[in-house]
Amino acid sequence: MAEVADSGPIESQARRVVYCGVCTLPPEYCEFGGTAKKCEEWLKANHEDLWSRLHSEGMNERLTSNSRPTDLKDALNANLSELSVSVQERAAKDAAKKEAKAAQTEARDAERKAASKIQIKRVERNKRKYVTVIIGLEIFGLENKKLAKELGKKMATGSSVTRSPAGTEEITVQGDVSEDVKEWLLENYGSKVPEANIELIEDKKKKKAEGPAV
Amino acid sequence: MFKKDIPPTNRSKVKSSAARALRQKLLDTYPGFEPYIEEIMPKKASLEAVKLPERATLYTIDSNPLFFQRFDDPPVPHLRLIHAFPSALPTVQIDRGAIRFVLSGATLMAPGLTSPGGRLPDAEHALEAGQVVAVKAEGKEEVCLVGALKVGTEEIKSKGKGVVIDEGHYLGDGLWKLHLD
Repeated sequence: MAEVADSGPIESQARRVVYCGVCTLPPEYCEFGGTAKKCEEWLKANHEDLWSRLHSEGMNERLTSNSRPTDLKDALNANLSELSVSVQERAAKDAAKKEAKAAQTEARDAERKAASKIQIKRVERNKRKYVTVIIGLEIFGLENKKLAKELGKKMATGSSVTRSPAGTEEITVQGDVSEDVKEWLLENYGSKVPEANIELIEDKKKKKAEGPAV
Repeated sequence: MFKKDIPPTNRSKVKSSAARALRQKLLDTYPGFEPYIEEIMPKKASLEAVKLPERATLYTIDSNPLFFQRFDDPPVPHLRLIHAFPSALPTVQIDRGAIRFVLSGATLMAPGLTSPGGRLPDAEHALEAGQVVAVKAEGKEEVCLVGALKVGTEEIKSKGKGVVIDEGHYLGDGLWKLHLD
Protein backbone atom coordinates (compact mmCIF):
# COMPACT_ATOMS: atom_id res chain seq x y z
CA MET A 1 0.00 0.00 0.00
CA ALA A 2 3.01 2.20 0.17
CA GLU A 3 2.58 4.68 -2.55
CA VAL A 4 5.84 5.22 -4.22
CA ALA A 5 6.91 7.96 -6.55
CA ASP A 6 7.18 6.29 -9.86
CA SER A 7 8.42 7.94 -12.98
CA GLY A 8 8.93 4.97 -15.18
CA PRO A 9 11.08 1.91 -14.92
CA ILE A 10 13.88 2.86 -17.30
CA GLU A 11 17.29 3.08 -15.58
CA SER A 12 15.57 4.57 -12.62
CA GLN A 13 17.35 7.61 -11.34
CA ALA A 14 14.31 8.70 -9.46
CA ARG A 15 14.31 8.67 -5.73
CA ARG A 16 11.62 6.47 -4.36
CA VAL A 17 9.76 8.29 -1.69
CA VAL A 18 7.58 6.48 0.78
CA TYR A 19 4.25 8.12 1.33
CA CYS A 20 2.15 7.59 4.40
CA GLY A 21 -0.72 5.20 3.81
CA VAL A 22 -3.00 7.18 6.07
CA CYS A 23 -2.56 10.81 5.17
CA THR A 24 -0.59 10.33 1.89
CA LEU A 25 2.06 12.88 2.89
CA PRO A 26 5.70 11.95 3.22
CA PRO A 27 5.93 10.50 6.75
CA GLU A 28 7.98 13.37 8.08
CA TYR A 29 5.03 15.66 7.48
CA CYS A 30 2.48 13.36 9.14
CA GLU A 31 2.53 15.43 12.30
CA PHE A 32 0.85 18.24 10.40
CA GLY A 33 -1.84 16.11 8.87
CA GLY A 34 -4.13 15.86 11.87
CA THR A 35 -4.01 12.08 11.95
CA ALA A 36 -0.58 11.85 13.47
CA LYS A 37 -1.30 8.94 15.75
CA LYS A 38 -2.70 6.74 13.02
CA CYS A 39 0.10 7.71 10.71
CA GLU A 40 2.64 6.71 13.28
CA GLU A 41 1.03 3.32 13.74
CA TRP A 42 0.92 2.80 10.01
CA LEU A 43 4.55 3.71 9.64
CA LYS A 44 5.57 1.42 12.43
CA ALA A 45 3.74 -1.46 10.87
CA ASN A 46 4.92 -0.85 7.33
CA HIS A 47 8.28 0.86 7.46
CA GLU A 48 9.90 0.07 10.74
CA ASP A 49 13.24 1.60 9.80
CA LEU A 50 11.74 4.91 8.83
CA TRP A 51 9.61 4.92 11.91
CA SER A 52 12.51 4.45 14.27
CA ARG A 53 14.42 7.19 12.51
CA LEU A 54 11.63 9.69 12.69
CA HIS A 55 10.63 8.66 16.12
CA SER A 56 14.05 8.90 17.64
CA GLU A 57 14.34 12.39 16.25
CA GLY A 58 11.26 13.21 18.20
CA MET A 59 9.15 13.97 15.19
CA ASN A 60 6.14 12.07 16.31
CA GLU A 61 6.50 13.11 19.88
CA ARG A 62 4.46 16.19 19.36
CA LEU A 63 1.27 14.20 19.36
CA THR A 64 1.88 12.31 22.53
CA SER A 65 2.91 15.52 24.13
CA ASN A 66 -0.61 16.80 23.79
CA SER A 67 -1.86 14.38 26.36
CA ARG A 68 1.21 14.36 28.54
CA PRO A 69 2.82 17.70 28.13
CA THR A 70 5.53 17.38 30.73
CA ASP A 71 7.01 13.97 29.91
CA LEU A 72 8.17 14.83 26.48
CA LYS A 73 9.08 18.40 26.93
CA ASP A 74 12.65 17.64 26.00
CA ALA A 75 11.86 16.13 22.69
CA LEU A 76 9.58 18.99 21.97
CA ASN A 77 12.14 21.52 22.92
CA ALA A 78 14.80 19.94 20.83
CA ASN A 79 12.43 20.08 17.98
CA LEU A 80 11.24 23.60 18.32
CA SER A 81 14.13 25.19 20.09
CA GLU A 82 14.22 28.20 17.82
CA LEU A 83 10.60 29.06 18.35
CA SER A 84 9.55 31.13 21.27
CA VAL A 85 7.39 29.50 23.91
CA SER A 86 4.22 31.26 22.95
CA VAL A 87 4.58 30.25 19.34
CA GLN A 88 5.21 26.70 20.45
CA GLU A 89 2.10 26.71 22.50
CA ARG A 90 0.06 28.08 19.70
CA ALA A 91 1.42 25.50 17.31
CA ALA A 92 0.65 22.69 19.71
CA LYS A 93 -2.83 24.01 20.27
CA ASP A 94 -3.37 24.29 16.57
CA ALA A 95 -2.18 20.76 16.01
CA ALA A 96 -4.47 19.50 18.74
CA LYS A 97 -7.39 21.31 17.24
CA LYS A 98 -6.70 19.98 13.82
CA GLU A 99 -6.43 16.52 15.17
CA ALA A 100 -9.68 16.76 17.04
CA LYS A 101 -11.34 17.97 13.91
CA ALA A 102 -9.95 15.14 11.86
CA ALA A 103 -11.09 12.62 14.46
CA GLN A 104 -14.52 14.17 14.47
CA THR A 105 -14.97 14.04 10.73
CA GLU A 106 -13.81 10.49 10.74
CA ALA A 107 -16.24 9.52 13.45
CA ARG A 108 -19.04 11.21 11.59
CA ASP A 109 -18.04 9.44 8.43
CA ALA A 110 -18.00 6.08 10.10
CA GLU A 111 -21.38 6.71 11.62
CA ARG A 112 -22.80 7.71 8.31
CA LYS A 113 -21.36 4.60 6.77
CA ALA A 114 -22.84 2.39 9.43
CA ALA A 115 -26.23 4.00 9.09
CA SER A 116 -26.49 4.03 5.34
CA LYS A 117 -27.46 1.12 3.21
CA ILE A 118 -26.67 0.05 -0.28
CA GLN A 119 -29.97 -0.68 -1.90
CA ILE A 120 -30.13 -3.17 -4.69
CA LYS A 121 -33.53 -2.75 -6.21
CA ARG A 122 -35.26 -4.92 -8.67
CA VAL A 123 -37.53 -2.72 -10.72
CA GLU A 124 -40.14 -4.13 -12.99
CA ARG A 125 -39.74 -2.74 -16.40
CA ASN A 126 -42.20 -4.69 -18.48
CA LYS A 127 -44.11 -7.51 -16.82
CA ARG A 128 -41.39 -10.13 -16.99
CA LYS A 129 -38.50 -7.81 -17.64
CA TYR A 130 -36.54 -6.23 -14.83
CA VAL A 131 -33.73 -3.85 -14.30
CA THR A 132 -31.54 -3.74 -11.21
CA VAL A 133 -30.90 -0.38 -9.65
CA ILE A 134 -28.06 0.04 -7.18
CA ILE A 135 -28.14 3.05 -4.90
CA GLY A 136 -25.78 4.41 -2.30
CA LEU A 137 -22.41 3.08 -3.34
CA GLU A 138 -20.54 6.34 -3.22
CA ILE A 139 -20.88 6.62 0.55
CA PHE A 140 -18.69 3.56 0.81
CA GLY A 141 -16.00 5.08 -1.30
CA LEU A 142 -16.84 3.28 -4.50
CA GLU A 143 -16.97 5.02 -7.81
CA ASN A 144 -20.24 4.65 -9.64
CA LYS A 145 -18.84 5.07 -13.09
CA LYS A 146 -16.13 2.52 -12.77
CA LEU A 147 -18.35 0.05 -11.03
CA ALA A 148 -21.02 0.33 -13.67
CA LYS A 149 -18.52 -0.59 -16.31
CA GLU A 150 -17.24 -3.53 -14.33
CA LEU A 151 -20.73 -4.76 -13.61
CA GLY A 152 -21.63 -4.58 -17.26
CA LYS A 153 -18.65 -6.74 -18.06
CA LYS A 154 -19.34 -9.19 -15.30
CA MET A 155 -23.03 -9.64 -15.98
CA ALA A 156 -22.71 -9.31 -19.73
CA THR A 157 -25.54 -6.83 -19.87
CA GLY A 158 -25.99 -3.15 -20.30
CA SER A 159 -25.04 -1.18 -17.22
CA SER A 160 -24.86 2.53 -16.77
CA VAL A 161 -24.83 5.37 -14.31
CA THR A 162 -28.13 7.20 -14.31
CA ARG A 163 -29.47 10.15 -12.50
CA SER A 164 -32.43 9.36 -10.33
CA PRO A 165 -35.32 11.84 -10.15
CA ALA A 166 -34.01 12.91 -6.77
CA GLY A 167 -30.79 14.00 -8.41
CA THR A 168 -28.53 11.34 -6.96
CA GLU A 169 -26.51 8.96 -9.05
CA GLU A 170 -27.32 5.30 -9.29
CA ILE A 171 -26.25 2.33 -11.33
CA THR A 172 -28.80 0.67 -13.54
CA VAL A 173 -28.02 -2.83 -14.67
CA GLN A 174 -30.27 -4.50 -17.18
CA GLY A 175 -31.84 -7.73 -16.14
CA ASP A 176 -32.69 -9.21 -12.79
CA VAL A 177 -29.26 -9.66 -11.32
CA SER A 178 -29.72 -8.43 -7.78
CA GLU A 179 -28.46 -11.61 -6.14
CA ASP A 180 -25.46 -11.72 -8.41
CA VAL A 181 -24.68 -8.09 -7.78
CA LYS A 182 -24.75 -8.64 -4.06
CA GLU A 183 -22.48 -11.62 -4.31
CA TRP A 184 -20.13 -9.81 -6.62
CA LEU A 185 -19.98 -6.76 -4.39
CA LEU A 186 -19.12 -8.82 -1.36
CA GLU A 187 -16.54 -10.78 -3.23
CA ASN A 188 -14.74 -7.81 -4.73
CA TYR A 189 -15.39 -5.00 -2.31
CA GLY A 190 -16.12 -6.97 0.82
CA SER A 191 -13.55 -4.99 2.71
CA LYS A 192 -15.39 -1.76 2.04
CA VAL A 193 -18.96 -2.91 2.19
CA PRO A 194 -20.26 -4.89 5.15
CA GLU A 195 -22.88 -7.45 4.21
CA ALA A 196 -25.35 -6.08 6.72
CA ASN A 197 -25.45 -2.83 4.82
CA ILE A 198 -26.64 -4.35 1.60
CA GLU A 199 -30.33 -4.47 1.14
CA LEU A 200 -32.25 -6.29 -1.53
CA ILE A 201 -35.54 -4.76 -2.49
CA GLU A 202 -38.07 -6.16 -4.86
CA ASP A 203 -39.95 -3.35 -6.34
CA LYS A 204 -42.81 -5.27 -7.84
CA LYS A 205 -45.59 -2.94 -8.68
CA LYS A 206 -44.01 0.39 -9.01
CA LYS A 207 -45.16 1.75 -12.28
CA LYS A 208 -48.91 1.74 -12.73
CA ALA A 209 -49.81 1.13 -16.32
CA GLU A 210 -46.84 1.13 -18.60
CA GLY A 211 -48.74 1.19 -21.82
CA PRO A 212 -50.31 -1.91 -23.27
CA ALA A 213 -48.03 -4.43 -21.68
CA VAL A 214 -49.61 -7.64 -22.82
CA MET B 1 -4.47 27.35 -5.75
CA PHE B 2 -5.86 23.87 -5.21
CA LYS B 3 -7.29 24.26 -1.77
CA LYS B 4 -10.47 22.44 -2.62
CA ASP B 5 -10.55 18.83 -3.62
CA ILE B 6 -10.60 18.32 -7.33
CA PRO B 7 -13.46 16.27 -8.68
CA PRO B 8 -12.50 13.45 -11.04
CA THR B 9 -12.58 14.84 -14.52
CA ASN B 10 -12.19 13.73 -18.04
CA ARG B 11 -8.81 13.34 -19.49
CA SER B 12 -7.68 13.41 -23.03
CA LYS B 13 -4.65 12.34 -24.95
CA VAL B 14 -2.24 15.04 -25.98
CA LYS B 15 -1.17 15.14 -29.60
CA SER B 16 2.39 14.02 -29.98
CA SER B 17 3.39 17.31 -31.53
CA ALA B 18 1.94 19.19 -28.59
CA ALA B 19 3.64 16.74 -26.25
CA ARG B 20 6.95 17.49 -27.92
CA ALA B 21 6.44 21.20 -27.48
CA LEU B 22 5.57 20.69 -23.82
CA ARG B 23 8.62 18.59 -23.28
CA GLN B 24 10.78 21.29 -24.79
CA LYS B 25 9.11 23.90 -22.68
CA LEU B 26 9.67 21.87 -19.53
CA LEU B 27 13.34 21.56 -20.37
CA ASP B 28 13.66 25.24 -21.16
CA THR B 29 12.08 26.21 -17.88
CA TYR B 30 13.90 23.63 -15.79
CA PRO B 31 17.29 22.72 -17.19
CA GLY B 32 17.68 20.62 -14.07
CA PHE B 33 15.41 17.98 -15.56
CA GLU B 34 17.67 17.52 -18.56
CA PRO B 35 19.46 14.37 -17.38
CA TYR B 36 16.22 12.71 -16.40
CA ILE B 37 13.91 13.73 -19.19
CA GLU B 38 13.92 10.32 -20.84
CA GLU B 39 12.73 8.86 -17.59
CA ILE B 40 10.14 11.49 -16.89
CA MET B 41 8.71 11.78 -20.36
CA PRO B 42 9.83 8.92 -22.57
CA LYS B 43 9.35 9.78 -26.21
CA LYS B 44 7.06 6.82 -26.74
CA ALA B 45 4.76 7.33 -23.80
CA SER B 46 1.48 9.04 -24.48
CA LEU B 47 0.91 12.15 -22.49
CA GLU B 48 -2.54 12.77 -21.07
CA ALA B 49 -4.08 16.07 -20.10
CA VAL B 50 -6.42 16.36 -17.13
CA LYS B 51 -8.49 19.49 -16.72
CA LEU B 52 -8.16 21.20 -13.37
CA PRO B 53 -10.09 24.12 -11.95
CA GLU B 54 -8.98 27.65 -12.79
CA ARG B 55 -8.26 26.65 -16.33
CA ALA B 56 -5.18 24.77 -15.38
CA THR B 57 -4.19 21.52 -16.98
CA LEU B 58 -2.35 18.65 -15.40
CA TYR B 59 -0.22 16.43 -17.60
CA THR B 60 0.21 12.81 -16.71
CA ILE B 61 1.77 9.66 -18.09
CA ASP B 62 0.25 6.35 -17.07
CA SER B 63 -1.61 7.99 -14.21
CA ASN B 64 1.57 9.52 -12.83
CA PRO B 65 1.17 13.25 -12.49
CA LEU B 66 4.05 15.17 -14.00
CA PHE B 67 3.33 18.86 -14.06
CA PHE B 68 0.54 21.36 -14.42
CA GLN B 69 0.20 24.54 -16.36
CA ARG B 70 -2.09 27.52 -16.41
CA PHE B 71 -2.61 29.18 -19.76
CA ASP B 72 0.89 29.70 -20.99
CA ASP B 73 2.51 30.17 -17.63
CA PRO B 74 5.61 28.11 -17.07
CA PRO B 75 4.70 24.52 -16.24
CA VAL B 76 4.98 23.67 -12.55
CA PRO B 77 6.11 20.17 -11.62
CA HIS B 78 3.86 18.11 -9.41
CA LEU B 79 5.28 17.52 -5.94
CA ARG B 80 5.61 13.80 -6.55
CA LEU B 81 7.87 14.54 -9.48
CA ILE B 82 9.92 16.91 -7.36
CA HIS B 83 10.22 14.26 -4.68
CA ALA B 84 11.60 11.90 -7.26
CA PHE B 85 14.06 14.43 -8.67
CA PRO B 86 14.73 16.92 -5.90
CA SER B 87 17.76 18.49 -7.52
CA ALA B 88 15.96 19.72 -10.60
CA LEU B 89 14.57 22.90 -9.12
CA PRO B 90 16.12 25.73 -7.16
CA THR B 91 15.10 25.38 -3.53
CA VAL B 92 14.53 27.68 -0.64
CA GLN B 93 13.79 26.68 2.93
CA ILE B 94 11.26 27.80 5.46
CA ASP B 95 11.50 27.59 9.22
CA ARG B 96 9.63 25.11 11.32
CA GLY B 97 7.02 27.52 12.47
CA ALA B 98 5.82 28.17 8.95
CA ILE B 99 5.20 24.55 7.99
CA ARG B 100 1.79 24.24 9.48
CA PHE B 101 0.60 27.36 7.73
CA VAL B 102 1.98 26.26 4.41
CA LEU B 103 0.38 22.85 4.72
CA SER B 104 -2.99 24.42 5.36
CA GLY B 105 -2.71 26.47 2.23
CA ALA B 106 -1.66 29.90 3.46
CA THR B 107 0.44 32.14 1.26
CA LEU B 108 4.11 31.93 1.99
CA MET B 109 5.37 35.11 3.65
CA ALA B 110 8.90 36.44 3.73
CA PRO B 111 9.65 36.04 7.46
CA GLY B 112 9.37 32.26 7.10
CA LEU B 113 12.35 32.41 4.79
CA THR B 114 14.46 35.11 6.41
CA SER B 115 14.31 33.77 9.97
CA PRO B 116 17.19 31.60 11.26
CA GLY B 117 15.48 28.38 10.23
CA GLY B 118 14.93 29.53 6.67
CA ARG B 119 17.37 29.51 3.84
CA LEU B 120 17.64 31.62 0.70
CA PRO B 121 20.23 31.36 -2.04
CA ASP B 122 23.09 33.83 -1.77
CA ALA B 123 23.38 36.91 -3.92
CA GLU B 124 25.27 35.09 -6.65
CA HIS B 125 22.49 32.58 -7.18
CA ALA B 126 19.67 35.02 -6.56
CA LEU B 127 16.35 34.05 -8.05
CA GLU B 128 14.13 36.40 -9.98
CA ALA B 129 10.47 37.05 -9.40
CA GLY B 130 8.39 34.61 -11.40
CA GLN B 131 10.84 31.78 -11.02
CA VAL B 132 9.29 28.53 -9.87
CA VAL B 133 10.97 27.25 -6.73
CA ALA B 134 10.62 24.20 -4.52
CA VAL B 135 10.22 24.97 -0.84
CA LYS B 136 11.75 22.71 1.75
CA ALA B 137 11.18 22.87 5.45
CA GLU B 138 13.60 23.10 8.30
CA GLY B 139 14.47 19.66 9.61
CA LYS B 140 12.65 17.86 6.79
CA GLU B 141 14.02 16.23 3.72
CA GLU B 142 11.14 16.50 1.34
CA VAL B 143 9.78 19.49 -0.47
CA CYS B 144 6.45 20.72 0.85
CA LEU B 145 5.48 23.50 -1.54
CA VAL B 146 6.14 24.50 -5.10
CA GLY B 147 5.18 27.74 -6.76
CA ALA B 148 6.31 30.84 -8.55
CA LEU B 149 8.07 33.55 -6.57
CA LYS B 150 6.25 36.85 -6.35
CA VAL B 151 9.38 38.78 -5.56
CA GLY B 152 13.04 38.11 -6.16
CA THR B 153 15.11 36.53 -3.42
CA GLU B 154 17.31 39.59 -2.99
CA GLU B 155 14.25 41.69 -2.43
CA ILE B 156 12.98 39.23 0.15
CA LYS B 157 16.23 39.58 2.02
CA SER B 158 16.23 43.36 1.95
CA LYS B 159 12.57 43.80 2.81
CA GLY B 160 11.84 40.78 4.98
CA LYS B 161 8.12 41.30 4.66
CA GLY B 162 5.20 40.48 2.45
CA VAL B 163 3.97 37.70 0.24
CA VAL B 164 6.51 35.45 -1.40
CA ILE B 165 4.43 32.68 -2.98
CA ASP B 166 0.69 33.05 -3.03
CA GLU B 167 -0.47 30.37 -5.42
CA GLY B 168 1.41 27.20 -4.91
CA HIS B 169 0.92 23.49 -4.87
CA TYR B 170 1.48 22.14 -1.37
CA LEU B 171 1.44 18.76 0.32
CA GLY B 172 -2.08 17.63 0.99
CA ASP B 173 -3.92 20.03 -1.28
CA GLY B 174 -6.54 19.06 -3.82
CA LEU B 175 -4.01 18.37 -6.52
CA TRP B 176 -1.93 16.22 -4.22
CA LYS B 177 -4.96 14.17 -3.27
CA LEU B 178 -6.25 13.84 -6.81
CA HIS B 179 -6.54 10.20 -7.75
CA LEU B 180 -5.74 9.28 -11.27
CA ASP B 181 -6.62 5.72 -11.95
